[in-house]
Amino acid sequence: MATYLLRRVLLGVLTLLVITCFVYGLARAMPGTPLTVQLGEDPSRKLNPEDQERLRRIYGLDKPWYMGYAQWLGNVVRGDLGRSITRKQPVTSLIAERIGPTFLVSGTALVLIWLLAIPLGLYASARSGHADERTTSLLLYVLYSFPTFVAALFLQVIFSVWLRGTPWELPLFGMTDLPADAPWPARWADVARHMILPVTCQTYVALAYDSRFIKANMEEVLRQDYIRTARAKGVGPWRVLVRHAFRNTLIPLVTLLGLSLPALVGGSVIIEQIFTWPGMGRLFFESIRERDYPTIMGLTLMFSVLTLLGQLLADVLYCAVDPRVSVE
Amino acid sequence: MTTRNGEPPILEVRGLETHFPIRRGLLRRTVGAVRAVDGVNLDLRRGRTLGIVGESGCGKTTVGRSILRLVEPTAGTIRFAGEDVLATNGAALRRLRRRMQIVFQDPYGSLNPRLTVRAILEEGLVIHGLGDAAARAERMRSALDRTGMPAASLERYPHEFSGGQRQRIAIARALVLEPEFVVLDEPVSALDVSIQAQVINLLVELREQFGLTYLFISHDLSVVEHIADEVAVMYLGRVVEHGSTDQLARAPLHPYTHALFSAVPHVDPTRRRRRIVLVGDVPSPSHPPAGCRFHPRCPLAEPACRTIDPPATDLDGHVVHCHVAARLLEQCDGDGARAAARMAEAMAGMAGMTAAGAAPAQDAAPAGLAIQQAGSHAREGELRRGGS
Repeated sequence: MATYLLRRVLLGVLTLLVITCFVYGLARAMPGTPLTVQLGEDPSRKLNPEDQERLRRIYGLDKPWYMGYAQWLGNVVRGDLGRSITRKQPVTSLIAERIGPTFLVSGTALVLIWLLAIPLGLYASARSGHADERTTSLLLYVLYSFPTFVAALFLQVIFSVWLRGTPWELPLFGMTDLPADAPWPARWADVARHMILPVTCQTYVALAYDSRFIKANMEEVLRQDYIRTARAKGVGPWRVLVRHAFRNTLIPLVTLLGLSLPALVGGSVIIEQIFTWPGMGRLFFESIRERDYPTIMGLTLMFSVLTLLGQLLADVLYCAVDPRVSVE
Repeated sequence: MTTRNGEPPILEVRGLETHFPIRRGLLRRTVGAVRAVDGVNLDLRRGRTLGIVGESGCGKTTVGRSILRLVEPTAGTIRFAGEDVLATNGAALRRLRRRMQIVFQDPYGSLNPRLTVRAILEEGLVIHGLGDAAARAERMRSALDRTGMPAASLERYPHEFSGGQRQRIAIARALVLEPEFVVLDEPVSALDVSIQAQVINLLVELREQFGLTYLFISHDLSVVEHIADEVAVMYLGRVVEHGSTDQLARAPLHPYTHALFSAVPHVDPTRRRRRIVLVGDVPSPSHPPAGCRFHPRCPLAEPACRTIDPPATDLDGHVVHCHVAARLLEQCDGDGARAAARMAEAMAGMAGMTAAGAAPAQDAAPAGLAIQQAGSHAREGELRRGGS
C-alpha cells in the first residue's frame, strides 16, 4: 500500500508539472498582459512608456515565459502562490475568500444529486420497460439535453421577473442582499434563497446523467446469473435490487464520485457567472479575462491537485467496495 | 410418462409454454414471440433423475427456469409435490423456492462477487427463517463438508476459488436449504474435464444421501447417460422423445435422437458406427416450422411430416413424437428394439450421412478427449454444420 501510494504521488507530481507548465505557457501566449487588459483603451489612464516598462519589470513580464514559470514554480515549492496582479492581494487569501460560497452551492448540489439519482436509477431499473419508467427516462433525457445557461436564464425570468411580488419570487443574482451586520439567521435565510436557482441549475443536468448511468449499470448487473441465484434462494425483489445488484454497480459509481470532487470546490464557471455568485468558477473566469497569471496558476494548481486526489480516492475506494480489487 | 408404482410424481409439467415477446419499433409493440418452450410435458418421481438433452437454443434451460419461476411461463401447469407452482405467489412461492433449488452452468457468474461464501450460503437460511445463528452455522458447515469444501471457505470470496470449487460452493448453496428437487442446468459444462467427473460423482452421492430429485439439463449425452434414470430429448421447444435412459440408449426411436447418439464418440475404435449428419440449421424458434418441427432437417421426412404435428406414441413409457417411428413400431408389432434397428437402417440409407470410416480420427479418440469435445459444444457444431 505504501509503495503504491508513493508511486501514485510521484506520478501525480509529474502530471502537475506538465499541466502547470502547459497552462502557464498558454496564459502567457494569450494576447495582452495584466497591464494592457486592465488599463484598456481609456486614454485618461494611459501610462507613459517608462512607467509601463517599470511595471513590466516589477511583475516579471519582461522575461520570457519559461523564466516566469521557473520563478512561479520556485515560489510554489516554498509554499508561496504569489500575489494577484489585478486584485493586489495574495492568491491564497483570494481562494480562501471564494472557496466557501462555491462549496456551499456545489456541496448542496452534489448531495442532492446523489440523494435523488440513486433512488431514481434504482426505480428506473426496477420498472424498466414500463410506461412510467419510459416517461421518466425521456423527461430526464430532455433535461440532460437542455443547456445550463439556457435553463438558468429561463429560471431567472420565471422566478425573478414573472413571479416578482409573489411569495415565489427568488433573487435574480448575487449571494445576499443584506448588509454584513444583519443578524445571522436572517443572513442565512437570505443566502439560502439566493442559492436555490444556482443549485437547481447545477443539479438537474448531473441528476439526469447520473440516474441514467446508474440504470445502465444496473441493467448490466441484473442480467447476471448471481441475480437468478438470489431469486432462486427466495430473495425478495427489493433486496435483489439493492443488496445483490446495486452493490455490484458501485465501482463505476465510485469513479463518478471521485471525478466530481474537483467540481465541488471548482464550481461552475457558467452558473457562477450568470448568477454573479462570488465563487471560484467566477474568480477563474475573471482571472483569465484580466490575464492575472498568479491567480490563473494558483487555481489551475488547486484544481489539478484535486482531480488527482479524486482519482486516487476512487482507486482506494474500489478496494472497499470490491473484494476482488487490491491496490497492489 | 405414467407412474408405475402408483406414487404421484413430485413434479408434473403439462403443456408448458414459455414465449419471450419480440418488441420492435418506436412504441415497442410486440411483433412476435420466441417460442423457447412450446408445449412440454414432464413427469418426475421422487428420487429419480430426469435428463433433458438437446442442442443449444432448444429450450432446455428455459424449461428448468420456468419450473422454478425464474422466468414466467406463458401457459401450462406445473405441479410440484401437489402444489400448483404457477398459481403461487408471495410467501407461498417463497416457501416453494426453498424446496426447489438450482445450480447454474457457470460458477463464475452464479456467485455474487461482492459477498463472502458465508453471506451467499446464509442469506437463504435467513430468508426462510431456518434456525438461529448457531444452527445456521452448523447447516453451512455441514453443507460445505458434504460438497468437499473446508469450513474455512466461509470467510472467503468466490474469486478466491477455482471453477470446480466454485461449483461445489454453488451446490452447497443449493443444498443448505435442504431442497427436495434440484434443477442442474449444465452443472459441469463450464468445468475442466478432470473436474467434471468429480462433480458428477458428488452429485450422484448427494442424491443417494438426501434422496434428491434432479432435473439434469445437458447437451452432453455421455454425462446424462451416466446420471439420469430417464431422458427427454428436446428439439425447438418440444420434447420429441422421452423414456428411460436404457430405452433411449438401446432403442432410440426418433430420427433426431439417432442423430444425437450417432454423434457421441465411442471408446471402442473397432466398433462400427455410422455418423448421421444433419443438414441445415435449426429453424428460428420465433417461426417454428409447421407439422413436425424436425421435418426440414429430417432425412426421413414425408409429406405428412410437413403438415401434421406428430402425436405421442407410447410404448411402455417410451414416448416418441414421429410419424415414421409410429409406423415402424406398428410394423414391428410394438417391438421397440426392432423398430429402432429399422429406423437406424432407414437413416443410414438416406442422404446426408457418412460411413464410420470417413471419420477415423473421431472414432479413435480416447474417452477423455471425447468428453472434452462434448463440453466445448464441438459436437453441437458438428451436428449443425455437418461433417468433420
